[in-house]
Amino acid sequence: MEGEAPRLLDLIPKERDWVGKEVCKVKNEIEEKLELRLGLPGEDNEKEEKQSAKSAFSLSFSENVSKRAFLGSVETNEGKGTERKASGAPPEAHGTRNINSSIANNSSQTRISNAPVVGWPPIRSFRKNLASSSISKSPLETQDGGPVKVNEVDINKKGCFVKINMDGIPIGRKIDLKAYGGYDELSSAVDQLFRGLLAAQRVPLVNEKSGGEKNQEIKGLLDGSGEYTLVYEDEEGDRVLVGDVPWKMFISTAKRLRVLKTSDLSVSSINTVSRKRAATEC
Amino acid sequence: MKEEISIMPEEDENLEQAPAEYSLSPSSDQVFKKVLENVLELLTHKRDRNATSAVCRSWYDTDARTRRELFIGNCYAVSPDRVVERFKSIKSIVLKGKPRFADFNLVPYGWGANFTPWVKALGDAYQHLERISLKRMVVTDENLMSIAENFPLFKDLSLICCEGFSTLGLAAIAEKCRHLRVLDLIEDYLEDEDDEVVDWISKFPETTTTLESLVFDCVAHPFNIHSLEGLVARSPSLRRLSVNQHVTLEQLHRIMVLAPQLTDLGTGSFRSETGSMVADPNLNLVSDFASSTSLNRLSGFREIEPQYLPAIYPVCVNLTSLNFSFANLTADQLDPVICQCHNLQTFWVLDTIGDEGLQSVAEACHDLRDLRVFPLDATGDSESSVSDIGLQSIAEGCPKLQKILYFCQRMTNAAVIAMSKNCPELLVFRLCIMGLHQPDRITGEPMDGGFGAIVRNCKKLTRLSVSGLLTDKAFEYIGRYGKLIRTLSVAFAAESDLGLKYVFEGCTRLLKLEIRDCPFGDSALISGLPLFYNMRFLWMSTCNLSVRGCRELAQSKPNVVVEVIEDEDMENEDEEEMVVDRLYMYRSLVGPRTDAPPFVKIL
Repeated sequence: MEGEAPRLLDLIPKERDWVGKEVCKVKNEIEEKLELRLGLPGEDNEKEEKQSAKSAFSLSFSENVSKRAFLGSVETNEGKGTERKASGAPPEAHGTRNINSSIANNSSQTRISNAPVVGWPPIRSFRKNLASSSISKSPLETQDGGPVKVNEVDINKKGCFVKINMDGIPIGRKIDLKAYGGYDELSSAVDQLFRGLLAAQRVPLVNEKSGGEKNQEIKGLLDGSGEYTLVYEDEEGDRVLVGDVPWKMFISTAKRLRVLKTSDLSVSSINTVSRKRAATEC
Repeated sequence: MKEEISIMPEEDENLEQAPAEYSLSPSSDQVFKKVLENVLELLTHKRDRNATSAVCRSWYDTDARTRRELFIGNCYAVSPDRVVERFKSIKSIVLKGKPRFADFNLVPYGWGANFTPWVKALGDAYQHLERISLKRMVVTDENLMSIAENFPLFKDLSLICCEGFSTLGLAAIAEKCRHLRVLDLIEDYLEDEDDEVVDWISKFPETTTTLESLVFDCVAHPFNIHSLEGLVARSPSLRRLSVNQHVTLEQLHRIMVLAPQLTDLGTGSFRSETGSMVADPNLNLVSDFASSTSLNRLSGFREIEPQYLPAIYPVCVNLTSLNFSFANLTADQLDPVICQCHNLQTFWVLDTIGDEGLQSVAEACHDLRDLRVFPLDATGDSESSVSDIGLQSIAEGCPKLQKILYFCQRMTNAAVIAMSKNCPELLVFRLCIMGLHQPDRITGEPMDGGFGAIVRNCKKLTRLSVSGLLTDKAFEYIGRYGKLIRTLSVAFAAESDLGLKYVFEGCTRLLKLEIRDCPFGDSALISGLPLFYNMRFLWMSTCNLSVRGCRELAQSKPNVVVEVIEDEDMENEDEEEMVVDRLYMYRSLVGPRTDAPPFVKIL
């Protein structure tokens, strides 16, 4: 399959918006059973891009993980989950807003990481645990109550969704802070979320050759070393650099995230936590 | 297929331009009206009725007075009050609620489609209501009790993919609807009751009943089998019976003895009480089936013990419909059955039979019209054993095929093209390649060619679902050739806005469009503006739409309701540039609904 991938790439020119994304290799503490491994580490970029077919939709950690995950895990708990990978393991692949991946690149899709996607394949719930139904002779009541329950619980479990906007990208997204275990995961998530969109914005009309050029990793969000820096707005509406406070505290105080151009940041407009603390303590 | 009448918003629009009536003398006017009424009695099809109501005021009034059957494809397109005001004497109503993607958990709980406001309005207005058919609506026990109490002539209740009720409501229907003819519960999700399950089957009156159809395989609770036997015994008109998985073969036997006149049987579990691997010779089902000379539709088989399958041999040759879609059968187990089913027109099955099993089907069932192949294991990465090979066999063996739903892991363009050429009667082509973005398994190319051939060669095609790796080219084909397509479902496909633009430009008869996980943005959405008033609905989830784009759409189309459905409550400040989780847009005569939950924002 993979040998044919280059042919496919030649056949299909890349349109502007849909750029291949790299495989997500982030492990989430909460969903540690989710291992998104579409390619081996150390493989070259191009190969990873080709294999990232699934990535477009399989990449969890953007905003919807928690809620989708929850849908998945509830189904699992209902006993419908023989086909789900592990108890509590949320569907990692689902149609997220991360669709900025070249569909054309997805030639070498194999089943390796065909992780469950919400509502896919399009089968009604009561058709879903047939593999185990011959074993159990008990009333399949969970089937009946299935979708109702799933959604009910879904409503009750709130993720911690905050809006996130990036300089230069018109449409903002939402991410669920609770889906990540720490700042590094968050940084990676932001990179994944916006990388394709950013590349598309930069080169609107030129068809570039397939390859890694277009997709530049968004690095250095936390330490000021990259082109962009991640900041958040707290309850008071102040902008604060991300990364200084303990993660748990960050989740509870961050109301909104922004990815700003590092060059636009002026020392005075952005608070660091220590400065704020000093200010309030005087 | 029941005849259906629809309420189309266009009717009201056309009314503004109705020509003036001739001035007739009063008596000729009355005669004319009487003649018209008599003529209209003969017109029952919704399109005919809609056409007559658009001619002029007088015809509109006559239609409103004489129309007996209503079809409302979207319960939010019109309000109960408006319906009741226009139509004076309705006997039958069909109502559909949630969008179809609700079946796949894409619509959060509590979204809407409540039957309550309807049952109240209908109860006040239509004493003679006899038939209610609901699909994807929320129906409560109170609603069912209202039906039982308000409509003394009530005959037919059909609930498909509904939720919100329990055996308590069913008991009310059983007990109070003395003229009940049809009670069809199909793929509904009943409320959990735990201790309070009611034995609703025992609530039917003790006298002879008028029951013709009783379908309750989705009601998973145990029930008193003797109540059912008694009911069957005193229901001489019963033609269709579908029991749930608690009914064993032994119990089925007793029921079949009581009802040899059945034409349609849902067999429940199709397993014996004993659970032994060897067929019990005392269980003489063969004679039951042999005596059921009218039986031509079979379903159920929920926990099938294949050693009992030979019991159905006597009816195979008469079968027009066979539903094995819950039966885990191998090709070898299927073969002796299917090779006798020469008259089969509808066949639903699990992919466990594999390509080999499909080959048997193709060889035996030359009259096949409707085939559905479901996956046993519905995850994306299972090893399904049906593929392009099975599809090719069917294409070659079943030239009369009209509808197909086919789940698989691997497909080729060649097989799809073969089907497009060999099955010119295709009306519905739904192919679900379960792995995301799967290309042709042999050539590695996108599936554009296959779907292109389908729309080009199948000139009667009205419904299409696509899957696999698809570029914008596939949509160019669909737009160019899919002129009769009314329902289109797209998932994980296309490369850019162009794909959707092709569809909007070309598919002029499009009525229902459902899209998920495609890279379509605001400009693609706006390109569809001219089409939206002629569509029942548009669904787009996890695409690239912004709130601003959807708002633009809402502002330019006042007769269309634009719903943005999130999972959590929408915040209000500067949301314009946020991406939209789900867009559900539909035409409506009555504007935004008042029962929208907090997570739905109507723009």
